[in-house]
Amino acid sequence: MFTSSLTRRSLLKAGAAGAALAALPFGAARAANPIVIGAVYVGPRDDFGWNQAHATAMDILKQVPGVTVIEEEKVAETDAVTQSMESMINLDQANLILATSFGYYTPFVVEAAKKYPNVQFRHAAPLWKEGDPKNAGSYFGYLNQAHFVNGVAAGLSSKAGKIGFVAAKPIPSVLSNVNSVLLGARSVNPNATVQVIFTGEWSLPVREAEASNALIDAGCDVITCHVDGPKVVIETAEARGVKSCGHNASQAPLAPKGFITGAEYKWETIYKIYADALATGSELPNFIAGGYHNDMLRNTPYGAGATPEAIQAADAAIAGLKAKKPIYVGPLKDNTGKIVIEGTMDNYDPVLDGMGYLLEGVQGSTT
Amino acid sequence: MTAVLASSSIERGGLSPRAIRMIEAVIIPLGALVASAALFSVFLLFLGKSPVTFFNLIWTGGFGSAFSIQNTLQRAAPLILTGLAFAIPARIGLTLIGAEGALVLGGFSAAAIAIPLVRGGWTPWIGLPIMAIAAMLVGAFWIGLAGWLRHYRGVNETISSLLLSYIAIAIMNFFVEGALRDPASANKPSTMPIGDAYRIGPMPGTSVHWGLAAGVVLAVILWLLMSRTTFGFAARMTGGNVRAAQAQGLPVGFLVVACCAIAGACAGLAGFFEVAAIHGQANASLVAGYGFTGILVAFLARQNPLAVVPVAILFGALAAAGGLVQRRMAMPDATVLVLQGMIFVVLLVSETFYGRIPFLQPKRAGDRS
Repeated sequence: MFTSSLTRRSLLKAGAAGAALAALPFGAARAANPIVIGAVYVGPRDDFGWNQAHATAMDILKQVPGVTVIEEEKVAETDAVTQSMESMINLDQANLILATSFGYYTPFVVEAAKKYPNVQFRHAAPLWKEGDPKNAGSYFGYLNQAHFVNGVAAGLSSKAGKIGFVAAKPIPSVLSNVNSVLLGARSVNPNATVQVIFTGEWSLPVREAEASNALIDAGCDVITCHVDGPKVVIETAEARGVKSCGHNASQAPLAPKGFITGAEYKWETIYKIYADALATGSELPNFIAGGYHNDMLRNTPYGAGATPEAIQAADAAIAGLKAKKPIYVGPLKDNTGKIVIEGTMDNYDPVLDGMGYLLEGVQGSTT
Repeated sequence: MTAVLASSSIERGGLSPRAIRMIEAVIIPLGALVASAALFSVFLLFLGKSPVTFFNLIWTGGFGSAFSIQNTLQRAAPLILTGLAFAIPARIGLTLIGAEGALVLGGFSAAAIAIPLVRGGWTPWIGLPIMAIAAMLVGAFWIGLAGWLRHYRGVNETISSLLLSYIAIAIMNFFVEGALRDPASANKPSTMPIGDAYRIGPMPGTSVHWGLAAGVVLAVILWLLMSRTTFGFAARMTGGNVRAAQAQGLPVGFLVVACCAIAGACAGLAGFFEVAAIHGQANASLVAGYGFTGILVAFLARQNPLAVVPVAILFGALAAAGGLVQRRMAMPDATVLVLQGMIFVVLLVSETFYGRIPFLQPKRAGDRS
């Protein structure tokens, strides 16, 4: 450095650096502690599903004074998400990243959190554990509680007592939703059954439509689902003249005649906790999980498909869940006849997170 | 090149056909890029958005800082390899669109073969090359299959390679969700992680993984192969006219399968880097569409292996800047796809300009006087 002579090039460099410094909005123009929250979605913001649920919450967060929200949609679960997160940090000075898709966590969020220790990262699935970076964390809602409410409302809105469920993959979080719909329906109609079809992928619109039609042909008169974007399932049900229950976000506008209610996340509860913590400079919690008891879920306002008895019973079920009334009350058998739950399980019991079975009363197979 | 140009200029009183081809190969794609940018500006104006802001953001997000450049290069890395996977068979006259499948299956094979290697405590210096070779062999077999079907059974290679892609993805899902599933990956079925020791770090001084270097080296090697060897000459001749090549006694079947195998190896290698540098395991995230973007890249590069590199970087920049466009201009993700689509269509139209630009035409003998 000392030996470098004063060349035209180095002068130009110095001049450019000076100009760049002068351009920086130091002082009054810049808020003392700007809060920039960057959200990354795996699909489109208006998918009537998982991504829309997050985007809706971010829209609410935009109204909070002092908070800037930046968003990117359709970011694949590959290093594209690393690049998007780092771009938000480097080019937009984001101080909190919300990575909303399951596959973002390992290795992408973990590695980015190590690389940027001054930025907070929160990921929407219960994956953070002790030993992971302190500036990372998880948030999650036990949506099966809202599916239980779906089941209660569906059980009293269905004439046949047969509920059709279009499911993506036979993984624990999906199976818990299927089983909760069954238990909800059985709580009001002991003869109710659920028939499930797995499409095998998170987003296969054509197969979701085929599955919906097959379930309706099999006699189901209420259709619900757990796929990324429930739009096709709900529209198919409406077109065939049967009722439907939603998933993730509000699908009520898609089914003006047959919509009963839907299981929805209330992400804004968590996002506001984060924004408050950033504003006051306090630590962001590493792990937030919950359900109805801590205002992290809701059911879509009842549609034309819900009968008065269904509304009454569903409201009662919500009140019960808010008071932590358990859903899984043993002994319960799976649909091969094996006892899988002996006693009463707390709604947040970690054993339930490893669920690998369909309960007796569900027609379908995980394999 | 200057010498060739000058001497032929003197001889013929104009540019040599070779020089004309080179000039055309540069200015026509560049012109197509400018034209599609202009078209896209009109599209933006209709939406009430500023084209100036848009292209400014493309520059900022793609090349504007050291971070942006690395972001661009990282995204370009797999596209170079999948671009090559389309470009090489194209030289022999085949339209193979199955690189996605070869990438997925190659990546999966690398992750699968890593399981015993990691368990057996093999050093990564041996393990990683084995993984890379496995990925390339499986990729080569997969696309080679499409070439074999083409030559020996007359099956349309475009259709068969596309369908083989779906089969490849299904095979990976079958194993990842079944026999090779890591029990810890409950909600996102994946193979066993290869572990930190087996992860390929970034190239020194950058955050870009080694797939970029591999892509550039392969592009140069394949360019040499296709333009400077008898193999490449024979392949291009076959691409020009199969019957003539057969009449000349060229081993057309071998050439077709070999070109396809090379393509598959490139895509398989891209899959290896996705596993070893990015994911650390194989799962459904391998299906990221790089194989299909590679087709666009190769088209814009006019199937020239060397040109694949800058074009892949251009597409990497578009992808890198796409996020910034979403954030700053509040435009949907599809914006950059619309631009890519326009580039593609304008480029196809621009193909008709080759040999038709008036001032570049060689003077005919009669014009001399």
